[in-house]
Amino acid sequence: MIGADAIVECLKKEDVEILFGYPGVAIAPFFNSLLNSDIKSVLIRTEQNAAHCASGYARISGKPGVCVVTSGPGATNLITGIATAFADSIPLIAITGQVNSSMIGSDVFQEADITGAVESFVKYSYLVRNVNELPKIFKEAFYIANSGRKGPVLIDIPIDIQQAQISKFSYPETVSMRTYKPTIEGNMAQIKKLVKEVERSKKPVMCVGGGVHLSDAAQQIRDFAAKCQIPVVSTMMGLGTITNDNPLYFGMVGNNGRAYANKALKDSDLVLMVGARVADRAVNRPELITDNTVLIHIDVDPAEIGKNVGPTIPLVGDLKHIFEKINSIEINARDHKEWLDFLTEYKAEHPDPRPDISKEYVDPKEFLGKLAKAMDDNGIFVADVGQNQIWATAFFRIKEHQRFMTSGGMGTMGYAIPAALGAKLADPDRQVVASCGDGGFQMSMMELATMDQQKVPLKIIVYRNNYLGMVREYQHYSYKDKYAMVDIAGKPDLDMIAKAYDMDYQCIDGSSDLDKEISNFLNNKHAVLLEVMADPMDLAKG
Amino acid sequence: MKKIYSVLVENRTGVLSKVAGLFSRRSFNIDSLTVGETEDPTVSRMTIVSSGDKAILEQVEKQLNKKLDIIKVKTFDESASISRELMLIKVKYNKSNRRDIIENCDIMKAQIVDMSRSYMMIQICDVPERSQLLLSMLRGISIVEVARTGTLALTKCIENENGGK
Repeated sequence: MIGADAIVECLKKEDVEILFGYPGVAIAPFFNSLLNSDIKSVLIRTEQNAAHCASGYARISGKPGVCVVTSGPGATNLITGIATAFADSIPLIAITGQVNSSMIGSDVFQEADITGAVESFVKYSYLVRNVNELPKIFKEAFYIANSGRKGPVLIDIPIDIQQAQISKFSYPETVSMRTYKPTIEGNMAQIKKLVKEVERSKKPVMCVGGGVHLSDAAQQIRDFAAKCQIPVVSTMMGLGTITNDNPLYFGMVGNNGRAYANKALKDSDLVLMVGARVADRAVNRPELITDNTVLIHIDVDPAEIGKNVGPTIPLVGDLKHIFEKINSIEINARDHKEWLDFLTEYKAEHPDPRPDISKEYVDPKEFLGKLAKAMDDNGIFVADVGQNQIWATAFFRIKEHQRFMTSGGMGTMGYAIPAALGAKLADPDRQVVASCGDGGFQMSMMELATMDQQKVPLKIIVYRNNYLGMVREYQHYSYKDKYAMVDIAGKPDLDMIAKAYDMDYQCIDGSSDLDKEISNFLNNKHAVLLEVMADPMDLAKG
Repeated sequence: MKKIYSVLVENRTGVLSKVAGLFSRRSFNIDSLTVGETEDPTVSRMTIVSSGDKAILEQVEKQLNKKLDIIKVKTFDESASISRELMLIKVKYNKSNRRDIIENCDIMKAQIVDMSRSYMMIQICDVPERSQLLLSMLRGISIVEVARTGTLALTKCIENENGGK
């Protein structure tokens, strides 16, 4: 058995069913060995999207997504995808081929110091020096990626290691690392303090983040909110924890969020920050929270607690475990009716501001509202980055078992299509819709070929406004409509793109029957490209 | 505010760069950093002195703890630890200041470890403040070169300790 065979064996031991990648000489031994396995390999069209596909796959399957590329430019192309996954704590295993061990450091053809380059974007990385270490490294890598605060792990494997004979393949049963022992169970003393604060609070609010989905703790958190009648707000990554029609839900916080969500945070006397980073987009002046408020920060990563805002009570551990414990305790919370009534009234008085949309265009609010309703109860909606993303956070009213996915932390344009592809391959029976602007679409449209080749009938929405809309909007507010570098009017003709990739094509504008068009779009068994004519002057913030 | 971090790390290639990279990436200060193998050849000890406000120094500790090559991070209260810095100072001397230099070295318990007709090398191994003091006393004389280890520190000896692992 050679190293390349051993890598395939390791992947089998980790129940890897699918990987996304791009070949090259330095990873050729591995792809050759992979031919002898049942692991499905998806050839993407540019390496960055291998990581995005793996990310979408990981978010739906709950398992680490695997992407495999060659050395040098293959590896460096992967970096944006790795950084995107890192910012959203998505578990990935990135495998890169590397030049011959004896050549490392001499700047030979297609050599890049990838472990050095990704150091600040990975949870951990390995450069394999000895073929016999492969099983231990893979066992550790999968464990690290998918435990504690999840994230990408990179394994750089020189070609000679892939070709070397391995003396004996034995996959470790367990991982023992003296440097890594994530805290899972919450400290009981801290939990008791939390309960005491909840019982004392008159105006509590819970802010949920992406950690809820990563820990699969949405149900436990909904139960807790219902039991104690605590209003819930969400960061972008936390969307979907609690559905829009739940009277306890008060929307997304932050610059791009709802006024009533920010009001709830601001006026509360107790904030439970749950699996959220308190990053600038969600809470732009974190010190305001702590002025008159008790802050309880619950996160699996102790370094997040106190990074941006000093908590009164830190609580480290896995959210699911912690909330199962909390829910088993009797809590005599106060009656929060007055507080909830206040927020409900405030919400009614502050509807989402919208600019006037010219009649010839589709209003994203109406469109997304109808789309969410028409989509399957367990459908997956993947939003790209830009105005389309902010519209989706506001107007796509997520149902209980639907999933909303987006690149929240890094804000990587071109994420939606490859991530949707990965999500669909993780669960082919679920309906998957990707939405992007005409800018983000052009950063990822090469993957329509992958979609066709893999026979994955995605539903793709492209808002056509001929602008890089989010930046145009920024220039509208900050530079008095002096537009620079945002006009993308022109090509491509999306109907011809659809034809080129053997997709069905639909186009809607202000005169379209939205219900009928959405129904046709969703019920088409074939891949569909839906061009939505959007008002170039529309705003995300309103 | 200054803080001393005694950090036990895996003795592997690339670990120093990862730790140093963490400081630069998050704009933490490194006042000094020393590293060397411990009694266990698979473990190295880094002694890092950093400065910043309380919140930053707490983040330094948390971010260090998060690194997967780091086995253990201890922070020292100065009163509970013994710290030392070794400094070598090369000075140019002449007849008129030779005696002054030797007297200063005597007072500071520094040694003259090498000498030529117009240069001498002084060694001091003491708490960082005293090494700094000697350096400032010698400022008036022409200092040619200085090399210093940065702070090394261990907690004071107490019974029943386990070496801090």
